Amino acid sequence: MSTSNILLKTQGIIKYFHDPETFQVLKGIDIEVHKGEFLSLIGKSGSGKSTLLYLLSTMDMDFEGKLVINGEELTGKSPDYLARFRSEHIGFVFQFHFLLPEFTALENVMIPALKLGKYSEEVIRQKAMEKLDLLGIADQAKKASSRLSGGQQQRVAIARALINDPLLIMGDEPTGNLDSVNSKIVFDTFRKLTRDLGQTIITVTHDDDFAAKTDRIIEMKDGKIIS
Amino acid sequence: MNVILKIAKTHLLSKPKQTLVAMLGVTFGIGMFIMMISLMTGLNNFTEDLTKIASADIRIYKDVTEPRATLLDRIRPESLNWVHHVKPKNESDKIRNARQIADLLRQDPEVIGVAPRLTSQVFYNFGPVKLNGSVAGVDILEEDKLFDLHSKIKAGSLAALKTTSNGLIIGSGLAKKLSAQVGDLLMVTTPQGVIYTMKVVGIFQLGLGEIDNVRSYANLSTVQKLLGKDASYITDLNLKITNYREAKAKAQTIQAAYGNKAEDWETANATLLAGAIIRDIMTYSVSITLLIVAGFGIYNILNMTIYSKMKDIAILKATGFAAKDVTGIFLTQSLIIGLIGSLMGLVVGFVFSLLLAQVPFDGGELLSLDSLPISFDTKYYIIGIVFGVLTTALAGWMPSRKAGKIDPIEIIRGI
Repeated sequence: MSTSNILLKTQGIIKYFHDPETFQVLKGIDIEVHKGEFLSLIGKSGSGKSTLLYLLSTMDMDFEGKLVINGEELTGKSPDYLARFRSEHIGFVFQFHFLLPEFTALENVMIPALKLGKYSEEVIRQKAMEKLDLLGIADQAKKASSRLSGGQQQRVAIARALINDPLLIMGDEPTGNLDSVNSKIVFDTFRKLTRDLGQTIITVTHDDDFAAKTDRIIEMKDGKIIS
Repeated sequence: MNVILKIAKTHLLSKPKQTLVAMLGVTFGIGMFIMMISLMTGLNNFTEDLTKIASADIRIYKDVTEPRATLLDRIRPESLNWVHHVKPKNESDKIRNARQIADLLRQDPEVIGVAPRLTSQVFYNFGPVKLNGSVAGVDILEEDKLFDLHSKIKAGSLAALKTTSNGLIIGSGLAKKLSAQVGDLLMVTTPQGVIYTMKVVGIFQLGLGEIDNVRSYANLSTVQKLLGKDASYITDLNLKITNYREAKAKAQTIQAAYGNKAEDWETANATLLAGAIIRDIMTYSVSITLLIVAGFGIYNILNMTIYSKMKDIAILKATGFAAKDVTGIFLTQSLIIGLIGSLMGLVVGFVFSLLLAQVPFDGGELLSLDSLPISFDTKYYIIGIVFGVLTTALAGWMPSRKAGKIDPIEIIRGI
């Protein structure tokens, strides 16, 4: 693959935890992620995979090394700039849905776009409905998010991650809290997004079956990439 | 709608009881403030009005008891002199060139009016009984400019005094004691023993017993005649100035310029006005205490809200809300609580002030007052709302800032 196709690139990322005592979590990570790739990060607990994911997502910028997303060097940028960058280019799906319980499913999907403020509220509402439709839960749009089932909630969370048409979706064990039926739905959704829409997805997972079906697996051990 | 405002609103509406309690804290604080300040200011204004009835902005007189240089000091200024128990000189308390001073003062743009006055102790003869009192010899039209006398006239008229050389306008209390009416003749005895027949041409009521019961007004020339003095004999010059709040400074410049003692109304009534300062201190300290309590309430409630919304804050930050946006969400909530709470407080304060104004209050013989004096100055309503919003902003600031600083990773991974 050519370099122009590289969406995310890291160089020599080193990360320490200082609490309770200084401990090196990441020991020089170099990875490249291509556009439209469905990538999974696996490894045992404490291997540093989640830590790496949060570095890649720009939420944790306390590390040594270089992080480039979409050709833009992000190390050393201000927190406000990074918040804006995340809002525009990165979507998140966590193990728990983290929906705002007071809002409806539709509003939960809309909020990141309202914050970004690129489109009018009407356009955003329409886009949000499209995303919910894509995930097959358009009929739940008006329900309070706290009244949906676990699987539905996770799908609303995915719709929320998609609302700003991000370059990259990050998943932190997106199926970790779901039964096999819902896990399959989430996986199929991700599959469809990457294959049909060219979406790039990076997920951390414990689920080997899930990982096996992704495009590429990066396995980590003791802060290093082993395969 | 702005997304921050929308989230803030949803948070407030999702826990209406808690929001209402927080608002009521502010309402109570501001309501009490308005109520107390209205009453206290009403009382202060009332005492101030009373003193304004009794004394002019500035009074110029000759202070014969002023300490003076002794003869020894004048002859031997270089030596250390000690003269025991210096007594005042026997000198007249007349202001020299009073009319010229009055004319000069009238040219001062800050001076609205100058009224000369000569007061004499008298006895009012009521059959065999002699009532103690005083007669103020005045130029009644000048006096009216200073003390607004025409509105205090209960019977007769001011103008009648001008045309009646032995005319007398007596206080209402005095008229009652003497059972005198307009047109009656009255015998007046001076301390020198001169008996003079005067004609009552008017009755006034200032609303202050200590004046209404003893004082009467006569023409200046009549009182000069009563005392056997010449036409230049004037003991007091009363001044009204454009801004009575600056009387103190003005009095000092006048005293320096003319050499006579000039006393401002605040100094003359220091004991009465001391109460005003104490009332102000009380009002503000009680109100601030109440607001601090309300502030702590808001601080607590916001802290609890933020604690229960940790996950929401984490996800908002993950999806692109900056620290200042999150701070904004919670600060907006406390400002909404503060604003609505304060507005309700203003209404509550206003209603209670209206009720207080109905409370009957008997001022007795001394004061003409039938209900509590309440001030409805808009200034205090503005202070109230500014106070309320500031307190809540301050109380909301710390928890909101803390919310903005929450590290989303800790929350997301900590589960």
